[in-house]
Amino acid sequence: METMSKTDLEDFRLETRKWLEENCPASMRTPVKDSGDFFWGGRNTSFKNEDQKIWFEKMLQKKWIVPYWDTKYGGGGLSDEENNILTQEMTRLGCRKPIFSFGISMLGPALHKFASEEQKMRFLPEITAGKTWWCQGYSEPNAGSDLAGLQTKAEDKGDHYLINGSKVWTSYADKADWIFCLVRTDFDAPKHNGISFLLIDMTSEGVSTRPIKLISGKSPFCETFFDNVKVPKENLIGTLNDGWTIAKYLLTHERQMIGGVGETDVRRELHEIAKENLAFRDGVLADPVLRTEIAVQGMNDSIFEMTIQRIMDEAKTGVNAGALSSFFKYYGTEQNVSRMELLTAITGSDGLIWESENEDAKVQARLFCRSKGNTIEGGTSEIQLGIISKRILNLPS
Amino acid sequence: MALILNEEQKMLKDSANEFLAMNAPVEQFRTLRDNNYQAFDQDLWQEIVEMGWTALTFPEEFNGLDFGYVGLGQVMEEMGKRLTKAPLFSSIVLAGTALVHSANQGLKERWIPALMNGTKRLAFAQDEKSYFDPNNTATTATKTGNEYTLNGCKKMVIDGAGADGFIVVAKTDEGDLGLFLVDAESEGITMTTEVLLDAGTYAQIDFNAVKIDASQRLNDVGNGNALLNHINNTAAICLSAEMLGMITEAFGQTVAYLQERQQFGKRIGTYQALQHRAAKLFCEIELCKSVVIKALQGLDNKAENIDQLASLAKAKLGDTIKLVTNEAMQMHGGIGVTDDVNIGFYFKRARVAQRLFGDYNYHLDRYARLKAY
Repeated sequence: METMSKTDLEDFRLETRKWLEENCPASMRTPVKDSGDFFWGGRNTSFKNEDQKIWFEKMLQKKWIVPYWDTKYGGGGLSDEENNILTQEMTRLGCRKPIFSFGISMLGPALHKFASEEQKMRFLPEITAGKTWWCQGYSEPNAGSDLAGLQTKAEDKGDHYLINGSKVWTSYADKADWIFCLVRTDFDAPKHNGISFLLIDMTSEGVSTRPIKLISGKSPFCETFFDNVKVPKENLIGTLNDGWTIAKYLLTHERQMIGGVGETDVRRELHEIAKENLAFRDGVLADPVLRTEIAVQGMNDSIFEMTIQRIMDEAKTGVNAGALSSFFKYYGTEQNVSRMELLTAITGSDGLIWESENEDAKVQARLFCRSKGNTIEGGTSEIQLGIISKRILNLPS
Repeated sequence: MALILNEEQKMLKDSANEFLAMNAPVEQFRTLRDNNYQAFDQDLWQEIVEMGWTALTFPEEFNGLDFGYVGLGQVMEEMGKRLTKAPLFSSIVLAGTALVHSANQGLKERWIPALMNGTKRLAFAQDEKSYFDPNNTATTATKTGNEYTLNGCKKMVIDGAGADGFIVVAKTDEGDLGLFLVDAESEGITMTTEVLLDAGTYAQIDFNAVKIDASQRLNDVGNGNALLNHINNTAAICLSAEMLGMITEAFGQTVAYLQERQQFGKRIGTYQALQHRAAKLFCEIELCKSVVIKALQGLDNKAENIDQLASLAKAKLGDTIKLVTNEAMQMHGGIGVTDDVNIGFYFKRARVAQRLFGDYNYHLDRYARLKAY
């Protein structure tokens, strides 16, 4: 790819800004309340409203569903600089993502790195067109933190694998079209060396799902069951029994995604919310304990943001930031959990509302409950601390 | 602006690292302490001058390098790693910043070259109580004709003993703060010194009707608070850089100890209780690195939110240095509380550094006030 000069990039910025202003509907420039406000794509989903449809289709025509992927896979072919500009301009205008897709954020990077060209041509264009809703089949009832202990079995039956077992915490499995799955293909090898990475069509015979209700009252999570499911061998990604390599690679992407919880949303600072809810005395918050807690949260939120920037800037100069995804995941989710705890303290009894006849009421208690999962999903805080101590600090095992 | 060092800044950091590793390892700190708490080594100070570190933040019109605070911050960080004793902070960061931002051209021309080439040293006299409280200065400067009369008592003057003069903060009868450059030999000055637990010597200076010519005043009437605020921000940020060096070194020594120390037949770094605590320290230190470079850049860019950046840096570093040095002591076990190993030096210096120019509580409160809550 040719590198663009500074003037070309500035032109690109101005064109992008103009195009976004002309094509992004006003309602698509408002913050989302929850993930349900996003368009998720897939074979069976419909748009929530006309604006969402217009916005998705405009971006699709522009090839900006995944602007930084190669054009042969339906991407926009933008350079890193151009893609950064597009992201900055979308953030500036408050544009929503045209689609929320694990295919883009998680599976895509793994396919780029590990799939054959044939597999890439088969799966990536479907992702950039928003036609496949992907979900993730990693955890199992007996393989949570000890993910590599997974037991879902894939038996070699000549032209296909026969799958038996179950997965848990499969977000949106009841709506998804396909699942990317870790399965055990060798029961005799050490546990990390007998795992393979398989793509499974959710409409295959023998696949069933059951939703899981969380303490927040509802959730996208499901259990997914595989009962003698036949999967063609060409759906194996990478090398047989080397799926753990792909799993680890993909987990770093997931951690970054969870670590950045809320980072893309407009997040009001806690002290602003405190000003609306709490008493002030002599120009400062009257509750000294809460004031200190808010200041500590504000300090660390603000410095954590600087840290994300610093590490990204360092990565651009070639410093390997791989193991740091555990730091992002750990710190980002711990901050989010403490933020929700404080938000609940600041909003008093209003923050405890579960349901209300008043339409304007913010149902924050459910979000608070949901946040408790942040430091568990995608590898618990304790798992991340273990990775930091071993992979970054080189502490012995 | 990218939160990384540019090539020149990296080179400066590398050369500071090399130079100090060779000429001022932490053993030198021990030697100076054991030599009746000697303040610093004059030969080392001269070499530091020759390295150009004293010229980094002075403008070109005084033959300074105009290299900026990010550069000086790297030197401070490297000095922090080895607890290097030198009057760089007192004479260059504090007095130097005061002079650079002074409105008094005569004082600048007279003093900046002398500070840069190390022939003279100045110390900064601000604190009056046992805690940092820049908004309540009690020392007074009363004007009569072309002369001020200074009365008051200053504490915690860093490198005060042996300084050629002091920059003294006083309340004037013109209704604002004045910063005065007072010759150390002036009549009416009495100095006593105290050694604190970091083996540093701090002066208490009594100013009893000390006469100062009005031409010794650094700031124009009405600008005293702004100048003092800028000095205090700069001090907090440069101290944070020094503290970052102490933190990374104390942490590095601790991780190394976890890797080698054996108990119950295995290395103690295999225990999860210690692994997780070390990993948490790692995370906090990552935050420290970011806020220090951001704040140093803020000084160079004249960032509008420099007050906030200074308080964020000093609050975060003040909090983390306590945590890291306490954990370092605990994880070193019995040997950590002996004077034979160096880890205790970091613990002791941390207690002083986190207090100078405002501790965690002060800066967290200031940060909240700046955000209007």
